[in-house]
Amino acid sequence: MRIFKNIYVKSIIVILCFILAELIYQKSHNLRFISPIIILLAVALLIILVTKIILAKQFKSFLFIVPALAIFSIFYIYPFIKVLQLGHYSWDGILPTMKFVGLYNFIEVIKDKVWWQSMFNAGYITLIALTFQNALALILALACDRQMKAGNFYRMIFFIPPVLSEVVVGLVWQWIYDGNYGLLNHWLVALGFNNLTKAWLSDPHTALTCVAIVHSWKGFGWGFVILLAGLQTIPKQLYEAARVEGATSWQVFKNITAPLMIPVFVLVAILTVLGSMQSFILILTMTDGGPGFHTEVPVTRILSSMIGSSRFGYACAQSIIFGAILLAISFVQKRISQNMRQA
Amino acid sequence: MQIYRVKKTFTNILVHLLLISVSIACLFPLLWMFGSSLKTQATVFSDMSIIPQQPHFENYVTAWIDGGFGRYFLNSLIYTFTVVFGIVLVSSLAAFAFSRLEFPGRKAFFIMLLAAMMIPLPGSFVPLYVLMVKLHLVNTRLGYVLCLINVGLSFSIFLLKTFFDKMPKELEDAARIDGCNRLGIYRHVALPFVKPALAVVVIFNALNVWNEYVLALIIFNSKNLMPLQRGVMMFRGEFLTNYPLLMAGLTIAALPIIILYLLMQKYIVKGVISQAIFQ
Amino acid sequence: MSKFFHLKFKFCYYLVICALAFGFSLTGCSSKKLSSKPTINVWHWMTDREAAFQELAKRYEDKTGIKVNFELYAPSDIYAQKVRAAAQGRTLPDIYGLLGEKRDFAAFIKSGHVADLSEVMNEENGVWKECFFSKALEVVEFKENNTYAILPGIYGAPIDIMNIQMLYNKKLFKKAGLDPERPPSNWEEFIDNINKLKKVGVPGLVSGWGEIWMIDCFASNYAFNIMGEDKVIATLKGDVPYTDPDWIKVFSLFKELVDKHALVSGVVIMKNKVAEQTFANERAAFAFNGSWCINVYDGMNPHLEYGVFLPPKVNRKNPMYIWGGGSSFSFLVNDRSSKKLEAIKFLKWLTDKDQQAYLSSQTKNLPSNKFALAEIPKILAQFADGMDSATHPSIWPVNEFPGVIEALGKGIQLILIKEKTPEQLAQELQAIKEKESSRIVSN
Repeated sequence: MRIFKNIYVKSIIVILCFILAELIYQKSHNLRFISPIIILLAVALLIILVTKIILAKQFKSFLFIVPALAIFSIFYIYPFIKVLQLGHYSWDGILPTMKFVGLYNFIEVIKDKVWWQSMFNAGYITLIALTFQNALALILALACDRQMKAGNFYRMIFFIPPVLSEVVVGLVWQWIYDGNYGLLNHWLVALGFNNLTKAWLSDPHTALTCVAIVHSWKGFGWGFVILLAGLQTIPKQLYEAARVEGATSWQVFKNITAPLMIPVFVLVAILTVLGSMQSFILILTMTDGGPGFHTEVPVTRILSSMIGSSRFGYACAQSIIFGAILLAISFVQKRISQNMRQA
Repeated sequence: MQIYRVKKTFTNILVHLLLISVSIACLFPLLWMFGSSLKTQATVFSDMSIIPQQPHFENYVTAWIDGGFGRYFLNSLIYTFTVVFGIVLVSSLAAFAFSRLEFPGRKAFFIMLLAAMMIPLPGSFVPLYVLMVKLHLVNTRLGYVLCLINVGLSFSIFLLKTFFDKMPKELEDAARIDGCNRLGIYRHVALPFVKPALAVVVIFNALNVWNEYVLALIIFNSKNLMPLQRGVMMFRGEFLTNYPLLMAGLTIAALPIIILYLLMQKYIVKGVISQAIFQ
Repeated sequence: MSKFFHLKFKFCYYLVICALAFGFSLTGCSSKKLSSKPTINVWHWMTDREAAFQELAKRYEDKTGIKVNFELYAPSDIYAQKVRAAAQGRTLPDIYGLLGEKRDFAAFIKSGHVADLSEVMNEENGVWKECFFSKALEVVEFKENNTYAILPGIYGAPIDIMNIQMLYNKKLFKKAGLDPERPPSNWEEFIDNINKLKKVGVPGLVSGWGEIWMIDCFASNYAFNIMGEDKVIATLKGDVPYTDPDWIKVFSLFKELVDKHALVSGVVIMKNKVAEQTFANERAAFAFNGSWCINVYDGMNPHLEYGVFLPPKVNRKNPMYIWGGGSSFSFLVNDRSSKKLEAIKFLKWLTDKDQQAYLSSQTKNLPSNKFALAEIPKILAQFADGMDSATHPSIWPVNEFPGVIEALGKGIQLILIKEKTPEQLAQELQAIKEKESSRIVSN
């Protein structure tokens, strides 16, 4: 009875909060800013109430995720549902009228060859990032994990690329890849490979790889930092014990480091996939998807159908399909990692 | 023994060669940015020396004043501090619960949070804006901060959960015997254990917020509320880019993040684990 | 127990900090002062005009007491999203610039976000209307029976105008033994000049063809020249297919430029800003660029000697057309604004001769007010001469589907890297055009 009474009182408080927020907003211009806070409080309270009824026993555990869930449900769920809904409409993003077209947008996305080419390009960039970038990050993290005098210096340097603005990265790498005055061609000539020189970014055979290399260069710092943090949580006693037993570096890595690091490897792999598939700013600054569609990626396609062609509904459909594919990839990755851990 | 030593020096040299070559590749653009910030618009692409003969240090003063950096800098500090603080608090609580506590719907909520990372942001600007208008959060600092917390939440929870998962069960049990409740375990055992990961979360989100610009432009109407990148953008016009001032602005903008990284580094690399065990 | 207390205390401490931070952040925005005089809010995206706008706002406040608050949001692609989002949230300011094609402009008008200025423009025998370049005004005008079903009227005030022409480097001309005062007048001469320049090691043409709108611009200039205006419009309407020999001739021009090595290497993915660097540093003899470039070249190489000319004709019988006007450089008045009348008054003042002359001298752009032309630099005057040949998609009676425009730009990029022939492109374009038209019908 008491619980019921308690909830009863709280529900009234929630309702009062909403009314109060609305009143404050309408009556007072200067105090307007209070109303969102009150609404936020009310929503949080509401969530607490609902969950309290359902799971009185594990309520305290649930409290831990309430703040995350509250923010998440306000700022994510609504836009997400809206995008899901707009994917079924033909709408230019401006007019108040929109036309329901069912699954038409989705079918058109699936039939669109350029869309799948952009998907393939993103996949290619991701593959290079997964192998090249992560291998580099791991080697450097392992090297820096050892007690080294210059360790601090290196750790700082490797974090420079992620900090740098895409504008600078784009300008510098464009200069490196330039066909006439580029540094890369300059070095190739100096080394005697005159026949290898070319305009790297405008050649369709090399453009995508060049972009992928810049992307990996800019991103490896993150993998490095996360892997380093992971290596730090491995107890040093384990290494010492292995060394006493006379294990070689490779054996130590294989038998101690790698098994303990698998969850972190999976984490880095999933983050790399997400980061690389969704990358677009570097591409916009370097090639803008060109030449032709050779460096086009899904996000640039979504942007171009949203702003360039004013097909908002179509862009939403593209977003949903893209999100679904990413979700599927992440699940496969998780599954594989679980199997690996069990094996 | 002799062979072992030779082999060791050899691998050491190899390792250092790799480290140095990667370092050069990382340092070069930084130097180029710094060098360009000391040139003039006329020499920035014609003078190819890294540090020009006549460095124009006054570019930094001009950039600071013309870009209105004073106000934007303060704004960015406020946003970065609040958002990072909010994310660390909210995400570590949630990640701890997802990793260590039992409650119904645990898996479902976690998958939901993960799925949030998958849908690219550009698609949801218009609905997000309409929502913000309805909540009266447009053109407010609160709205911007909450939005950014939401953006960084998924990644941070995901990362922290991985590290909480690595925490040995014995640590938790020992704390429970000592009389710690859930909050106590979280605060005194789990958080110290994931300190390196927390440092990564801090840096990652700080960098994101510090460089954030698109959401700020959409949410804010008044330039008084804009973050630092707005000042940098002043030099990057649609048709005319003032490269030396742009580079000076970008150098100023990059400095705080590099300093923060230096501060956070010691949490990433110091062997925190041993302290946690013997505490 | 004490441990527990300690914990609780710490937690409260954190919460207090958090609350303080939020409180602090909130007070920042609640300190708006309410003044008795209205404030006109203006949104724009033109970074390079910001300083001049602020100065003009100050002058207007001194004169009338009405405060004008210019807010700059750059870069343009995010600004375009902001304006669309604000339109949905009904939070557009009193005056704003709109980025997009005529179709988007029409959608904004239909949604009631744009005020019709024609009545005010026509007041007192149309003094306001008469001061604009007619080409500039056409861009914001909707005529009788337009395809968008918009009530006829003038829906904005042009702030300044631009056009896109050919530039040549006089110093490099001299180096190749060419007359620095005589740019090529037709296509054959142009190719011949490039060959002569190449012999002394000077690359030919540079342009920002990594941005497909620059390609679209070049291609449509020559389409107008080769087949004449009527046939181009007929193609847009769908009456003439892209597989028409004239269109293949247009696409073949690009192939010719590649085959004769007339282009600077890397032009196919080059941003216009990089192209401008190349021309300013005298690494190309010709550039295809817009009137905004004067400012850019001035900063990068003050000693650059260059001239302006219309793109060299292919078909000598037809006139040459260039893109000019530019609806993006116009200000619109929000029809829902409570300060609509004040906003229109301000726009009228802003486009007046003195203010236009000031804007033009500060930003080195072409003024939209033709009476302000008197004191502009020589090179800008050369650009202004080209306004007679100017046209723009915004003043054509019909517009191409965005999908076709993208395919055209991207397809020409593929011609430039020899992955496609002009004939293949023509067939593909026609297929896409048919697909797009069928979609509009089926929807």
